[in-house]
Amino acid sequence: MHIEKRTTPSRRLQLAAPLLAIGFTLLVSSLLVAWAGAPVGKAYALLLEGGFGSTFAWSETLTRATPLILTGLSAAVAFRARLFNIGAEGQLYAGALAAVAIGGLHGGEGFALHPALLFPAMMAAAALAGALLLLGPALLKSRLGVDEVVTTLLLNFIVLLFVSMMLDGPMKDPTAMGWPQSVVLQDALQLDKLIARTRVHTGLLWAVLLAALLWALMKVGTLGLQIRAVGANARAAAFAGMPVGWVSVKVALLSGALAGLAGAIEVAGRTSYVTLDMSPGYGYSGIVIAMLAALNPLGVVAAAVFVAGILVGADSMSRAVNVPTYIADVIVAVSLLSMLVAAMGAQYRIVFRRAAHAG
Amino acid sequence: MPSETVLRLSGITKRFGSLVANDAISLDLDRGEVLALLGENGAGKSTLVSILFGHYLADEGSIEVFGQPLPPGQPKAALALGIGMVHQHFTLADNLSVLDNVMLGTEPLWWPFSKRAEARAKLVETGQRFGLGVAPDARIADLSVGERQRVEILKALVRGARILILDEPTAVLTPTEVDSLFGTLRQLVAQGLSVIFISHKLDEVLRVSQRIAILRGGKLIAVLPAEGADKATLAETMVGRQVQMPQRRAHALGSVVCSLHQASVTAPDGRRLLDGVDLQLRAGEIVAVAGVAGNGQQALAETLFGLQSLSSGRLELQGQAMPARPRDWVRAGVARVPEDRHAVGVVGDLPVWENAVLERVTTPAFSRAGIVRRGAAQTHARQLIQRFDVRGTDALGVHTPTRALSGGNMQKLILGRALVGDPGSDKPPTLIVADQPTWGLDIGAVAYVHQQLLDACAAGAAVLLISEDLDEIFALADRIAVLHDGRLSVARPAAEWTLADIGLAMAGSAHAH
Repeated sequence: MHIEKRTTPSRRLQLAAPLLAIGFTLLVSSLLVAWAGAPVGKAYALLLEGGFGSTFAWSETLTRATPLILTGLSAAVAFRARLFNIGAEGQLYAGALAAVAIGGLHGGEGFALHPALLFPAMMAAAALAGALLLLGPALLKSRLGVDEVVTTLLLNFIVLLFVSMMLDGPMKDPTAMGWPQSVVLQDALQLDKLIARTRVHTGLLWAVLLAALLWALMKVGTLGLQIRAVGANARAAAFAGMPVGWVSVKVALLSGALAGLAGAIEVAGRTSYVTLDMSPGYGYSGIVIAMLAALNPLGVVAAAVFVAGILVGADSMSRAVNVPTYIADVIVAVSLLSMLVAAMGAQYRIVFRRAAHAG
Repeated sequence: MPSETVLRLSGITKRFGSLVANDAISLDLDRGEVLALLGENGAGKSTLVSILFGHYLADEGSIEVFGQPLPPGQPKAALALGIGMVHQHFTLADNLSVLDNVMLGTEPLWWPFSKRAEARAKLVETGQRFGLGVAPDARIADLSVGERQRVEILKALVRGARILILDEPTAVLTPTEVDSLFGTLRQLVAQGLSVIFISHKLDEVLRVSQRIAILRGGKLIAVLPAEGADKATLAETMVGRQVQMPQRRAHALGSVVCSLHQASVTAPDGRRLLDGVDLQLRAGEIVAVAGVAGNGQQALAETLFGLQSLSSGRLELQGQAMPARPRDWVRAGVARVPEDRHAVGVVGDLPVWENAVLERVTTPAFSRAGIVRRGAAQTHARQLIQRFDVRGTDALGVHTPTRALSGGNMQKLILGRALVGDPGSDKPPTLIVADQPTWGLDIGAVAYVHQQLLDACAAGAAVLLISEDLDEIFALADRIAVLHDGRLSVARPAAEWTLADIGLAMAGSAHAH
């Protein structure tokens, strides 16, 4: 028995790989659930019910999925061009802060503009803040060869400290009884709810729309072809006359803008102000989601809903059977690992044959 | 000398999936002979010696060395029975001395004392016996390629090799070094060693070997004595059909298309990669640049690909100074064929049709308002595939991932992309820059590439051919220049050069003009 590389990957296996990966993930996680002393079957039932079992569960899952779709897209487009942006978390906060700066300061009224103008301005500012934050690392990489993983990762901490400074300083909400939180976005700028009496908001539609646009760009756009060529083989792209440095700058702007929008939409749709704990690591989860989706923008939507459902479901399971909520992190992490293994495995086949008997 | 069989392969078969790389190959090697293993890429030569050396397990068959069965899959056993291998890409540690390299791996690592004096004596003695003089304390990095190869051979001999396998040993050598290698091989077999010489170059095989084994498609087609064999028959047996090597025809010279004047390129660390190069390329001629790899070919090619700017001197294309921007060169009608097809020529992950338009994806022919005109691009790719006979796209057509193409077909795709140019204007290329365009291709593909270059030249293009293959250079070039240490000799008509002259110039001898 031995393993051989397939000359052409099997279509069927590529589709089956994610299902196998999820099955394996549930198997591994059930060991931990059992270890925690909870009935495995009941725990999973509760998890599924909590994530996807009712209108309310779906509304919570989709609320959680909205920023995850956007940070997932941010990572997907950057990784496709081999720009390893680990800074979506910081870009998200920068976007959130920029949104409030446009739409919430000046006595809680924002700039004195009609909301129809102010809303696009707010979103543009958020996108720009995220984009500019990634521009520096991208330029450092293409000009001086500075590792963008290090620069974007470290920028996250700088941004968080800057946010903290703003929340205790110029952007502090004077009516928040001393809590470090920003002023509130004016009402007219907040996103409508999709379903009455739930938290799911129209930001979800924006996120899905952006996913579709990004998918189209990558599939049929000239820039998409350039991004894929630069990511797959930068030397060949440069030889063919593609402006490699300029393409990676565009990718950086796009990726940073998507993460910045995640922050603005989170503020406008859910929190209405910025706090230091508004994101439980959405930026980092975006990387996992992009990898789960094999960097496909439409796949990002599915992967974000899956991850969000697990996170939401684990909360309610934890309350019911007393398994720590960290099980959700384990499930997401194991599913990523097994997904990567399964995707690689789909490129190989196992050949059973009698052993060689030469000599 | 009575013939005595030292190595016997019986019915060796090796399959990779559905591909039969070696099909029931039986072959004997006699004491004191050079046996050439001749075949095109993919004929199964490398697989066969990998089985012999224990890197692969054969599916069927057995091997006997000096009458003893060779345990399969154990390089150590092969070494112990006296099989030595010299790979095409040397396996030497550059920063260590010759002696260190020869000793490497011969002593247990846990033993505190190293028998250097003993090893040195053995190295010197072996060197003297076979006429392979190399200073034991020289650092590998300071040696020439020919000397490094001698170290590889010494390494095998010191370990007691009685059967030496050389994989494409002449690919990296100058003509003078090839002569010296062949002298060495003759000495080895005169002293009773046996040599397996793997090559696809017919001249060399005829010069050095006593018997020639020809492989094709994994099968052993024939074993002939070298005496009395002729090139045409060998080529036909090797390829399996008649091969017409293209012929050069005289045609009128046009005006100067591209000129370099005192062109120099300096590396970031200050080394001169190109040093005051003067060169004029006229429409309708092929100028070849000969030289040993690493003497500035890459800098010259990248300059004319539009990737590298000069640090001093002038570069003009049709009277215009050109910036180092590949897009401008493509637009100016320069057809470019890079040396490394996989790493530079194509993006392997992308489908064939996207690679076919890679150089012109932002031009109006293939994009509108930021959207790729897929219809136009795929039609263009289909035409390229048909016109340039790119095979291997039967199942998926233009959507075949480009990495799935063989080297020859990939080269045809790159050549087609370069030569066809802008589908809108239908203008033939004005300048063709081809860096090692037939490297690693089999005879059929070589003939095809040569024909395309000759046709384009006859149609009025200036062609710059950078090559390490002198056969290719003499077959194609109108004028030849030699590049050594970043300096380019005067480009003289091909008829004025002899092989010996070129060899001297490639080695940097001042006598060679």
